[in-house]
Amino acid sequence: MQTLIDLEKKINSELTTKINKTEIKHNQIYIETDKDDLIDVILFLKTNSDTKFRQLIDITVIDYPENSQRFEVVYLFLSHEFNQRLILKYSIAENEIIPSVTSIFPSANWMEREVFDMYGVSFKDHPDLRRILTDYGFEGHPLRKDFPLTGHTEVRYSEDQKKVISEPVKLEQNYRNFDYESPWEGTKYIKEELDNNDKKN
Amino acid sequence: MTKKIKNLNLNFGPQHPAAHGVLRLILELDGEVVEKADPHIGLLHRGTEKLIENKTYMQAVPYFDRLDYVAPMNQEHAFALATEKVLKIDVPIRAQYIRVIFCEIGRILSHILNVTTQALDVGALTPSLWGFEERETLMTFYERASGSRLHANYFRAGGVHQDLPQGLEEDIAKFCETFPKIINDLESLLTDNRIFKQRNVDIGVVTKEDALDYSFSGVMIRGSGVPWDLRKSQPYDGYEKLEFKIPIGKNGDCYDRYLCRIEEMKESVSIIKQCLSKMEKGPIKSSDGKISPPSKKEIKQSMEALIHHFKLFTEGYRVPKDEIYTAVEAPKGEFGVYLISDGSNKPYKCKIRAPGFSHLQSMDYLIKGHMLADVPAVLGSLDIVFGEVDR
Repeated sequence: MQTLIDLEKKINSELTTKINKTEIKHNQIYIETDKDDLIDVILFLKTNSDTKFRQLIDITVIDYPENSQRFEVVYLFLSHEFNQRLILKYSIAENEIIPSVTSIFPSANWMEREVFDMYGVSFKDHPDLRRILTDYGFEGHPLRKDFPLTGHTEVRYSEDQKKVISEPVKLEQNYRNFDYESPWEGTKYIKEELDNNDKKN
Repeated sequence: MTKKIKNLNLNFGPQHPAAHGVLRLILELDGEVVEKADPHIGLLHRGTEKLIENKTYMQAVPYFDRLDYVAPMNQEHAFALATEKVLKIDVPIRAQYIRVIFCEIGRILSHILNVTTQALDVGALTPSLWGFEERETLMTFYERASGSRLHANYFRAGGVHQDLPQGLEEDIAKFCETFPKIINDLESLLTDNRIFKQRNVDIGVVTKEDALDYSFSGVMIRGSGVPWDLRKSQPYDGYEKLEFKIPIGKNGDCYDRYLCRIEEMKESVSIIKQCLSKMEKGPIKSSDGKISPPSKKEIKQSMEALIHHFKLFTEGYRVPKDEIYTAVEAPKGEFGVYLISDGSNKPYKCKIRAPGFSHLQSMDYLIKGHMLADVPAVLGSLDIVFGEVDR
């Protein structure tokens, strides 16, 4: 397997029904699949002698709260042999449980724990699904778009109780989101004229 | 008569000098043999990714300095490359060389820290005293270029923030002449040192297969004999024009990883030298006024420059809708940024892939069956910095 185009053809012909969309962009290949086909697709990508995506780089989720399929789960793969990168994606609704890939890639363990911690997506058959980055006893999923930047609780040392306690966030001043984005796009006709001049020259 | 003995649970950290930061490692010990290791991380979690989603692209850069704070500019590099690819802008040649020089300085900074503290963990004090003197010199270079020893905020989309001040290139060249001697001194203390070898040889062995399965990168994968370096295989910012070798290990143990780091420092020095000799005067950032800020002089004279300056530092620039994963070879391994832009002036999502995260998760696999005293040695050779593990 040499080029990404060959790879795209190969994946499309071998996994026809399991792949929804393929695209080549930024020298990487982007693939969309379904939750049910995930394990098959990943096993194929890892073991097939023409793909050999032997390394799972990362797992993450993108949150689109306005969509009915709220979360987009993303897997990044790397093939050392062919020096190629692959991005695998599928969408799920909130509260949907997705299969864990820890049996295929042991490194998925912490990555899935992080996704669980940050987005609240649960994995089936994960050996040890605990929170990983947030505090013991933390509530909520910080990277969801509806989680406020300031969080819900703050911690301080209480002189009375002689221990660190957490209380609801109390801000002296409300969090202000300075939205400087202006709708003003500049005049179009100047841009067009400049483009035309470029073409002439 | 046999007696049942319960395994001992031991808390290693979060405040332990050999834990390299705030790591809480729960060890299950059978006598002195480690049966299980469960690292608890997140004690330094600051929500970098969430913060970046709420800041403009230019304001996001300083957060990258605070990830792996031992080699700050290497992190900025990944983010700068990602935004540049989405914006489709070119970086001037001089800026590329400046970036490469400072990335290699970052690599030396990180490797000195790692090699010397690893020596400290296994009982040698002198290397760290010698090494930190050199780190101080290198950090002054950072300071002279960016104004700050650690939190540089120097690599911007389209180039670097400002040109190198007068005399800095000569001083870096001088450093390149004197530094190899320091590496030799360090080597004379460690490489053939009986105690150092006893503590590191055949400790924490990683096979090729496992290095791939556990998503290792950087020295961790090269130490196991996989010749993989992103600077060679997926070159960025002019690495393809430079000549350098990729040292790889044979046995995949802590000692081989130490040797790789020493060799990489020597290669870095040679890369810096090549850059200095090839570098010419020229622009150091993109000429696109919508992306890189104008000079102070221009602001005073040109209305347009003034408007650009104001718009850039309030609204920032907008990045077209796209998604991209970009990785650089940071000193610790593959550091990647998975960026989702939505056409506004803030990233919709910015996932940071830190090498230390996947290295640390293999702790249980690496340490099982080793003695308690090997824990700091293995931990040291993993090259963990909590800024990037916890993000």
